[in-house]
Amino acid sequence: MKEASPAKAYALHLGVIALLFALSFVLPEYHHGLLARIMVLAVFAMGYNMLFGYVGLLSLGHAMFFSAGLYGAGLAVIHLGWSVPAAFAAGLACGALLALVIGVLALRTSGVAFMIVTMMFAQVFYLIILYFAAWTGGDQGLVVPQSARVLVLGDTSLGLTNPTVRYMSALVLFSIVLLVALVIVRSRYGRVLVAIRENEERTKMLGYDTFSNKLAAVVVSGTICAASGAAYALLFGYVGSTFASVQYSILPLLWVLLGGAATTLGPLIGTLFMYYVVDITSGYTSAYLLIVGIALILLVLFFPRGILGTIRQRWLGWLP
Amino acid sequence: MMPLLTTKGLSRNFGGLRAVDGVDFALMPGEIRAVIGPNGAGKTTFVSLVSGRIQPSSGMIVFDGGDITNLPAYARVRLGIAYTFQITSVFANLTAYDNVALPVQRTLTDGRSKGAVYAGAMAALERTGLADRAHMPAGQLSYGHQRLLEVAMGLALKPRLLILDEPTQGLADSEIDNFIGLVREIAKGATVLLIEHNMPVVMQLADRITVFNAGRILAEGTPEHIRANAEVQDAYLGTTP
Amino acid sequence: MHFGPHLLLAALEGLVTSAVLALTALGLSLVFGVMRVVNVAHGEFFMLGAVLAWAISTAISGHPALSFLAALVLAPLIVGLIALVSERLVLRRLNYNPEATIVATIGMLYIIQQLALTFYGPEARPVEPPFSYRILLPWFGYSGYKLSIIAASALLLVATWFVLTRTKIGLVMRATQYDSETAQAFGIPVDRVYAGVFALGAMLAAVAAVLIVPISQAHYLMGQDPLLLSFIVVIIGGLGSLRGTVVAAVLIGLSDGIISVFFSPTLAKIIATLLVAMVLVFRPQGLFGTASR
Repeated sequence: MKEASPAKAYALHLGVIALLFALSFVLPEYHHGLLARIMVLAVFAMGYNMLFGYVGLLSLGHAMFFSAGLYGAGLAVIHLGWSVPAAFAAGLACGALLALVIGVLALRTSGVAFMIVTMMFAQVFYLIILYFAAWTGGDQGLVVPQSARVLVLGDTSLGLTNPTVRYMSALVLFSIVLLVALVIVRSRYGRVLVAIRENEERTKMLGYDTFSNKLAAVVVSGTICAASGAAYALLFGYVGSTFASVQYSILPLLWVLLGGAATTLGPLIGTLFMYYVVDITSGYTSAYLLIVGIALILLVLFFPRGILGTIRQRWLGWLP
Repeated sequence: MMPLLTTKGLSRNFGGLRAVDGVDFALMPGEIRAVIGPNGAGKTTFVSLVSGRIQPSSGMIVFDGGDITNLPAYARVRLGIAYTFQITSVFANLTAYDNVALPVQRTLTDGRSKGAVYAGAMAALERTGLADRAHMPAGQLSYGHQRLLEVAMGLALKPRLLILDEPTQGLADSEIDNFIGLVREIAKGATVLLIEHNMPVVMQLADRITVFNAGRILAEGTPEHIRANAEVQDAYLGTTP
Repeated sequence: MHFGPHLLLAALEGLVTSAVLALTALGLSLVFGVMRVVNVAHGEFFMLGAVLAWAISTAISGHPALSFLAALVLAPLIVGLIALVSERLVLRRLNYNPEATIVATIGMLYIIQQLALTFYGPEARPVEPPFSYRILLPWFGYSGYKLSIIAASALLLVATWFVLTRTKIGLVMRATQYDSETAQAFGIPVDRVYAGVFALGAMLAAVAAVLIVPISQAHYLMGQDPLLLSFIVVIIGGLGSLRGTVVAAVLIGLSDGIISVFFSPTLAKIIATLLVAMVLVFRPQGLFGTASR
């Protein structure tokens, strides 16, 4: 039961954060850079997991929330010359607003219709980015100038292109989102979300306005994904329409399925594992997406709980 | 005294079928009211209309002096109408504790202390005798215990009107005796509307009985009155002497 | 050219698009209607049909009509077989759970597409049409082959309709669609019906692709647009409704050309996709279909 081991759960999560911190000083340069990217994308996966894992809503359109943050932050820097914190906030705001609108519409449907509707809205978002190529750079994308990617804190200014600053920024974002996710899923609100996943009709009859609760979850999920996108634009300096394509809606689903849906650390494990597998395969073949396809089918067929989900079921029941 | 619940001309059609047909109904506070009738008489449809799970085709529903006809189900629950399902629908993958904590945390208005949820949930489990099984997943409880958990969830909402839809279905005789005690206990603080097929249970518990047939109210009165009513015998008990 | 003939030309082109779209979408619609499975890999079966048509027609030397005919028969059969195997290996093991099968068919999409990239390559390749007769209308000449696509598609649609409504196979399929548990209880081999329907759905997409490939080209990414358009058609026409599917396909096919005249293709796609998403949000049963259960 959840209440039994709060200390253990927090200790584990803080331990993971400490480990990631320590890795910064020992990893070789290539893997150091890769891990920074993985932490940012794991935030995307955590945002996805908030909706898919805990509320049971399978969206096929989360690329739009990620790219809302990506373009919101990136374009604010490129066209408006905003500072890094202001651009990051702009990315978050874009994601939250988009999630609110999409949520109000898409939550009128459920199940398969919800999956298709979210996929279609994301497709519209993707096409809009292509259509306004004059501002967005179309499928070429845009580079966020290095000179603008500087975080000014009082007297010190940190260049986000510096590998250590980049790694630590990614780690800070990851840690905050991880702990926020942990607090949410252990809260009363988290309990309501799980109840909606298990039996929405029953939850209504306990006096819960399930629509509002689901809408709030969509907004939280969309905002977290937008945070990941905004960080990606600012840390890695590129915005492009690939990140809005359907492939980037499928990837977080894959990462979460692999790591374990409805587990707080599953998204990190899934992203880490899959990112490395794809990175290694793409060295050998241009058809590296084959791995994505095979992984999806194997997971759905034989391993629906994912890595952490299975561990929790078999051995560690207290895992959040 | 003002009735807690009244319905006026309440109707619901399914296609051409009038499942509930112009029902005028009144329930006084503190009462235990049983609703009986043959299968397909519209009992479950009627309480579903009251709880807001389905919308009426026409008519109105008044609860505690306010028109609730157009309120969504969750808002009616918040006003104090709790509904326990005919087919047990506890959250099978959650623990018994979590099942009860959900309604408890809903009723807490301060929304702060964790202790309050724990105390409230354990109290509801104690009342139904499930406290020692708090940490078991609800799906692993025995059928009888799942029915009790269902009632515990209803209780935890601190309802003013508790609707029990065939609560004793599938229970053993010993469990039924406990159950009758539990309902009497509940009735001290709430009005109870009970759909029940088991006539001994109805006769022991009900202050008044409403008999449904073909979507309409056929008769209404005290248990003695209903037992003596020839029309009811004919329609429901099917044993015209 | 005057307005009248211009419109006629646009209408003919639109009908060719509609003809292919109707077959593809019908496959998607059948699979959803009977099995309640949303097959995201449907576009890849379409692509596979075109790629196989290229492979078969290059392997068989001789008159183009002969090699094309071989492709028209063999390519759908091979695609049907692949669909059958994937249905047995994957979908059946998932008990046709709607959400799990969507994820699985996304996986199939990537596998088929990436295997095509590996073995067929990234090039776009043409297939020679079986005949190059031009019909001379008073105002312009028009490809006889394109007209034969419309005829072939109409024939196949009528045949499918006949099978669905007038034969025992159709009855069995409709019974399964209506209530698979009861059908099972009445001795209908629901399991085999599902396998057959999934293969049939894929074959319809493959036939459509073989028909269109002489006037378009075979490419490993060509499945994306037919998938999206089929979704649009099936949603507008009502999920699982045959008549609605055909009506919607003609509507979309005809308007596709006309909309593209006034708007940029991207804007046309944005508007169409957004409209369809809104249909799904506010009228989930489609514009023509009756409420799906």
